[in-house]
Amino acid sequence: MYPQTYKYTNDHEWIDLATGRMGVTDYAQKQLGDIVFLELPEVGKTVKKGEQMGSVESVKAVSEIFAPVSGTIAEVNAGLAEKPESINLDAHGSWMVAITPADPAEAQELLDAAQYAELTK
Amino acid sequence: MTTPDHRDQLIFELSTPGRKGYSLPAHDVPPAPLEGGVPDGLLRSGLAGFPEMTEVGLVRHFTRLSTWNYGVDTGMYPLGSCTMKYNPKVNEAAARMRGFAEVHPLAPDEAAQGALAIMHALAGMLGEITGLPTVSLQPAAGAHGELTGMMMIRKRLITRDGHPRKLVLIPDSAHGTNPSSAHLCGYQVREIKSCARGNLSVSVLAEAMTPEVAGLMLTNPNTLGMFEDEICDAARIVHEKGGLVYCDGANMNALIGKARPGDFGVDIMHLNLHKTFSTPHGGGGPGSGPVVATREFEPFLPTPVVVATRDGLRLDYDRPLSIGRVKAFHGNFGMILRAYAYIRALGPKGIRESAENAVLNANYVRARLRDAYEVPYDRVNMHEVIFSDHKQNEYGVTTLDIAKRLIDLGFHPPTIYFPLIVHGALMVEPTESEGLDELDRFVEAMLQIAEEARTNPDLLKKAPVTTRRSRFDEATAARKPILKWTRPVG
Repeated sequence: MYPQTYKYTNDHEWIDLATGRMGVTDYAQKQLGDIVFLELPEVGKTVKKGEQMGSVESVKAVSEIFAPVSGTIAEVNAGLAEKPESINLDAHGSWMVAITPADPAEAQELLDAAQYAELTK
Repeated sequence: MTTPDHRDQLIFELSTPGRKGYSLPAHDVPPAPLEGGVPDGLLRSGLAGFPEMTEVGLVRHFTRLSTWNYGVDTGMYPLGSCTMKYNPKVNEAAARMRGFAEVHPLAPDEAAQGALAIMHALAGMLGEITGLPTVSLQPAAGAHGELTGMMMIRKRLITRDGHPRKLVLIPDSAHGTNPSSAHLCGYQVREIKSCARGNLSVSVLAEAMTPEVAGLMLTNPNTLGMFEDEICDAARIVHEKGGLVYCDGANMNALIGKARPGDFGVDIMHLNLHKTFSTPHGGGGPGSGPVVATREFEPFLPTPVVVATRDGLRLDYDRPLSIGRVKAFHGNFGMILRAYAYIRALGPKGIRESAENAVLNANYVRARLRDAYEVPYDRVNMHEVIFSDHKQNEYGVTTLDIAKRLIDLGFHPPTIYFPLIVHGALMVEPTESEGLDELDRFVEAMLQIAEEARTNPDLLKKAPVTTRRSRFDEATAARKPILKWTRPVG
């Protein structure tokens, strides 16, 4: 269900540490319902772990996207912002932004797939 | 071949070129051309696109639309947190009195003494009801009141300390407008987690309350319908560190005549006249969100302020520390007038009874539905009660299905999926307007839905079936909204 190569946050984001790309989990997608709008940070912005860096709007509510690690926004998936419904179809393949981590040690605090699956039980 | 149902057509589609809804007599003066008299840039070259209708066609169109509407005049409207109470018709009569309806907003003070007297009197009443005597009636709605209040907090801190501080603390059950208002005023927002009882946690607050914090923004009763019973301690913690307490008055309907925010440590708050004080709400508005505060906020009030002088009431603009004007003219005066009429009609005893009945009604609904629906915070609530779809999830039925089915059974759905901290929330606020018979009809409808969820979930998935349209594709409507009608080509 949750890719083994990703790491996860308590706030339901995933991050692929090999590429820095992150998104929201399938669990988050299911809770949100049909996603209609994404607000993403710009390339070059510095973000701090756990702080809000964007938002995702569904037919139910607007929710924050938190930075899974501190760092700099290296890439933004502009195509996803135009087709936010992709997240409902494939949350773990729908990356939002790529972050260049500032402190590799922070990654140690993230959850692995099994721990995250336990969290969402 | 199917004929398009003309009842579903927009007024633009009903239009026929050349059709008229008026008949004017012949000119009795020579026509004067606008050209030359009005600058070219201000002249419109044509009126293309305006619908052309007969009078009766127009009347039928809008009357038909009005019959598809649902309002508090048609039935119970238990939209949690919105306080959709009945709007007494006597208020409308007061608002239509010529002396009020036709007074010009720029009339000199001496020619508008009646209107100024209503504003002055309402400010006094709101000050008495809240225990916060410094009042501005200008803000146009709740969120506007929040913004005004936060601007006054900022100005007061700058005047006191030379700087506005950095952070505002907001509980996780808050209305979304609270963080927005704080943010617009230049503050960073820090969220405070509610405790297991659904209340503000004083220990979490004490930890978060540092000298960097400008204040706490909270709603009491909170959006879970719970009274913040440790509010006095919370206010003391904030005040000891030099912060201020802002209260969102959205839920004041539970407290009027019973408890005064000024007495439990609130420094400044807004009221929603369109919730608590019975002025029309939701489409029928406009809203009105007066701000009330302690005397220390007096210098920072928006200008102008109605003041009593030996020569009568006048509008005072000479207030150097004011945050400035926040609304054109004097706020939504028609709402100020209706709220005044409501308070006068109820009187002190009626005000108290309205709060008591609002709380009693919500607790009655909880007590009768607590076996059929999960109640996440199952203890005595205030004016609203939260259910969840937890029990119905077992049959694949969600909050959205329950809400849609309620429409079939003749009720406006409650607020759904809010507050965010309750999974699948259904937030029911009956208000004091409903009597026992209507409450029982609502309860029976909810019990029927709980039974249908168990025995016939498909029925709920298809609801509503009694309306002209069933379920809309809300996701596509939000993703690709069509906001303007365009004439078909050809």
